[in-house]
Amino acid sequence: MQINLKVFGQLTDIININELNIQSGNDTDSLRKELNTLFPGLAGRNFLMAVDQRTTTGNTILNEGSTVALMPPFSGG
Amino acid sequence: MKESSLYERYQRQIILKGFGIDGQHKIMQAKVLVVGAGGLGCPALQYLVAAGVGSLGIVDDDVVSLSNLHRQVLYTAAEIGLLKVAVAAEKLKQLNADVNIFTYPERLENKNAFAIISQYDLVIDGTDNFTSRYMINDACVLLSKPLIYGAVSQYEGQVAVFTNTLLTGVNYRTIFPHPPKNGEVLNCAEAGVLGMLPGIIGTMQAAEAIKLITGIGAALVNKLLTYNLLACEMYVVELMPVECANKLLPKNETEFLAMSYVDECSTKQNGVIEIDAEQMQRLSKLTNTVVIDVREKGELPLMKNFAHQQIPMSVFKENISAIDKQTVVLFCQHGVRSLYAAELLHEVFGTGKDVYSLKGGVVKWADELGV
Repeated sequence: MQINLKVFGQLTDIININELNIQSGNDTDSLRKELNTLFPGLAGRNFLMAVDQRTTTGNTILNEGSTVALMPPFSGG
Repeated sequence: MKESSLYERYQRQIILKGFGIDGQHKIMQAKVLVVGAGGLGCPALQYLVAAGVGSLGIVDDDVVSLSNLHRQVLYTAAEIGLLKVAVAAEKLKQLNADVNIFTYPERLENKNAFAIISQYDLVIDGTDNFTSRYMINDACVLLSKPLIYGAVSQYEGQVAVFTNTLLTGVNYRTIFPHPPKNGEVLNCAEAGVLGMLPGIIGTMQAAEAIKLITGIGAALVNKLLTYNLLACEMYVVELMPVECANKLLPKNETEFLAMSYVDECSTKQNGVIEIDAEQMQRLSKLTNTVVIDVREKGELPLMKNFAHQQIPMSVFKENISAIDKQTVVLFCQHGVRSLYAAELLHEVFGTGKDVYSLKGGVVKWADELGV
């Protein structure tokens, strides 16, 4: 299925774009594996995944057209 | 302050629908602590003082430097080398002499955090490093103080409000349970920041403070807002409680004082947290947790005192997919193999699992673990 990926902060240095549509499996675990394959620089990076504007607390089901946000921590002040 | 000049000074906000003289009185009774008088702290301080906050605490041990001036607009070139809290307090007094300003020219650390934070109604986090952010979060949770978090990076900023009232389970650790290791996330000095960005985010933090104090509007409670300056877009996500995040919190002041926030931010290797025997025993009692011995069969001493599985390092990779628990605690003889195994797990599952490694291994903690 196709999902909408939103990329935040310094993760855009790895993915190079703020927003893109990609093919994904039907849950966040499989999406994570696909992202690690597509963007090896993501491996080991600390970020949260929010699905349709709610943070995930474990493997979460994705639906066609879901928006998944990849959000890293910021430290600057 | 005379009632007449009160009305004159704050007239533009008092006449607001929903705000009124009641709102003004609430603000004048409020006690707000701003930690960090930098890019975020400057605008927050200025607007809170302008709004007439009763008491304001400012914590910062730094001095003004030339590279601060493009974003820390409270300071001037003539003040380079002077203590930020001293300069800020003087300027803010000129703006509004009715505000009681308390300065703390020190770094907020475990040892002084409780004494300082407990004197205030709410805390604004304007710091610039993870060590301080996790420490402030944990102190505010334990003291039940509302925390207004803000942070910036390059062209993006984050804001969130944690009320820390009942055990809602949502705090900064809900967003990012584990501190990134030093160097993983670049700070402003390394990554750069456009000066207006902390101005916007710090001002939003001040606005959220006024909303919490007066009760107007809907504060950003348990939500994370990200502002992208280049796209001029905001994106809000709702923060769901994460049980496993809160087990990383100290349980009381004694545990808080014993926490090593610097270590937590620096010893973490590739998404893995190294723990001691006490943390291991605490984690092993949680639901959805598995403890795994990655030593080869026959290695001694045996771990007798709590339930665990054995997946020797020689066959660990092949068995990774069978590990289905959310929290994984790994140990070995000296903590080297378990750290490597933990990194392998992190590569596969990312932040989808909480992975810990016993630092120093069974040998180091033999007495504590009763082996």
